[in-house]
Amino acid sequence: MDIFVQQVMSGLATGGIYASLALALVMIYQATDVVNFAQGEMAMFATYISWSMLNAGMPYWGAFIATLLIAFVGGVVIQRVVIRPVENKPILTIVIVTLGLLVICNSVAGWVWSYLQKPFPSPFPREPIRLGTVVFGAHDLGEIAVTLVMLALLFAFFRFTPLGLAMRAAAQNPVSSRLAGIRVSWMLALGWGLAAVFGAVAGLMVAPILTLDPNMMGGIQIYAFAAATLGGFTSPLGAVVGGFMVGIVENLVGTYVSFIGTELKLTVALAMIIIVLLVKPSGLFGRTAARRV
Amino acid sequence: MSFALEEGGITTVLGANGAGKTTMLRAISAMVRTRGSIRFGGTPIDAKATEQIVAMGIAHVPEGRGTFVDLTVEENLRIGMYARRDKRHAARDMERVLELFPILAQRRRQHAGTLSGGEQQMLAVARALMLGPRLLLLDEPSLGLAPLVVREIFRILRAINQESGVSVLLVEQNASLALDLADHVFLLETGRVVLSGTSDVLKKNDAIRRSYLGY
Repeated sequence: MDIFVQQVMSGLATGGIYASLALALVMIYQATDVVNFAQGEMAMFATYISWSMLNAGMPYWGAFIATLLIAFVGGVVIQRVVIRPVENKPILTIVIVTLGLLVICNSVAGWVWSYLQKPFPSPFPREPIRLGTVVFGAHDLGEIAVTLVMLALLFAFFRFTPLGLAMRAAAQNPVSSRLAGIRVSWMLALGWGLAAVFGAVAGLMVAPILTLDPNMMGGIQIYAFAAATLGGFTSPLGAVVGGFMVGIVENLVGTYVSFIGTELKLTVALAMIIIVLLVKPSGLFGRTAARRV
Repeated sequence: MSFALEEGGITTVLGANGAGKTTMLRAISAMVRTRGSIRFGGTPIDAKATEQIVAMGIAHVPEGRGTFVDLTVEENLRIGMYARRDKRHAARDMERVLELFPILAQRRRQHAGTLSGGEQQMLAVARALMLGPRLLLLDEPSLGLAPLVVREIFRILRAINQESGVSVLLVEQNASLALDLADHVFLLETGRVVLSGTSDVLKKNDAIRRSYLGY
């Protein structure tokens, strides 16, 4: 039982990372119908920027905040410079552009910081926390807390501020939004910025576990896809719940199904994507889109 | 096409399908590319973007209502306020609009997608009013609605116009209702204004009577 509880907790911890990245994917998908394949690599890049700041002697939380700000600006700039010119092109064109972005982020990171793995600090204490017979990693608990705080902030932003409302409106009905005086194109850019922030949180939280290297986010991105698919790709809440569920399932399957172990864990994510798409393509919280043809 | 609207009046545009009525409204809000000049209170607006035109106080209720179906009624109304420059009286205006449309007050927290067609049309007008507009563009507000509901909406439009002095430009298929509401009428044929005048005069015009009123 203790092992079970422990595995669920560490599942929640990794799940928080998937949830953040899945949320980033869903935010962009909802607003533009585009899956941003470069989301993970953008997150990795932001984490490297953070690493450089830490190396230069900045305190952890200072670097954390600064990284999120840089990620936000970076996301906005990428949308304005790279995505906006192809905005009205077929989806496939935009997807290819995001794939190009993926390769660019990856190569530039490798070129600037090399492909060698770099240790990345955790802001949380090393000592595990004991509750009775169950042992929790402090980083795990901290990670869950950071994810939840970020989610609460995002929820409050979308729910209670006029700008958040305008962003939701723009994602839902661009034509009507323009007639209400909302600058839809800028709302999309802000969406990219916010998505980049959530990606960066995922990167910063996973780097201490995986150690930092340019391919760090590859696997995470696949889990995030699984999470977003499970949640339905059109529901931010679904992405979050999906993220935590994927984290837990991945951990439990890795623990209790002996032949899977750690090597085949990623297969679990792919299997989940396929099962969801076969059984319930709209996911747990997604809306089925009916289109007149 | 050339025409002028009277400030504070209700003007309706009649014309067959394809005459260019909707396009005319869309041209004013810069939703289509235009040539020539459009002025609003003396200021040229033809080079401005939709968002800027809205911010000047031109509210456009599009055909099909443009409801944000996944947002609540209240959120829809708050979006109507977004481009408004003077937000001081926003709360008071929200209450006023909800007084005009009591059904919306009842459904304040509901998702707009759950409203009936008539309620959604009321919401569209209410949303436009939240801008505190100087000019209200209405595209076929009666489309697909029961006659009773349409009459109710037109009654409210008249009340709003008299109370706040907002100018109204109404595109409407239901000519007899539109003629009753409007002070001025334009008749559009394939992109041209072929006839214009006060509604009292045009109601007696034989061509209008035969083609649009059917008697």
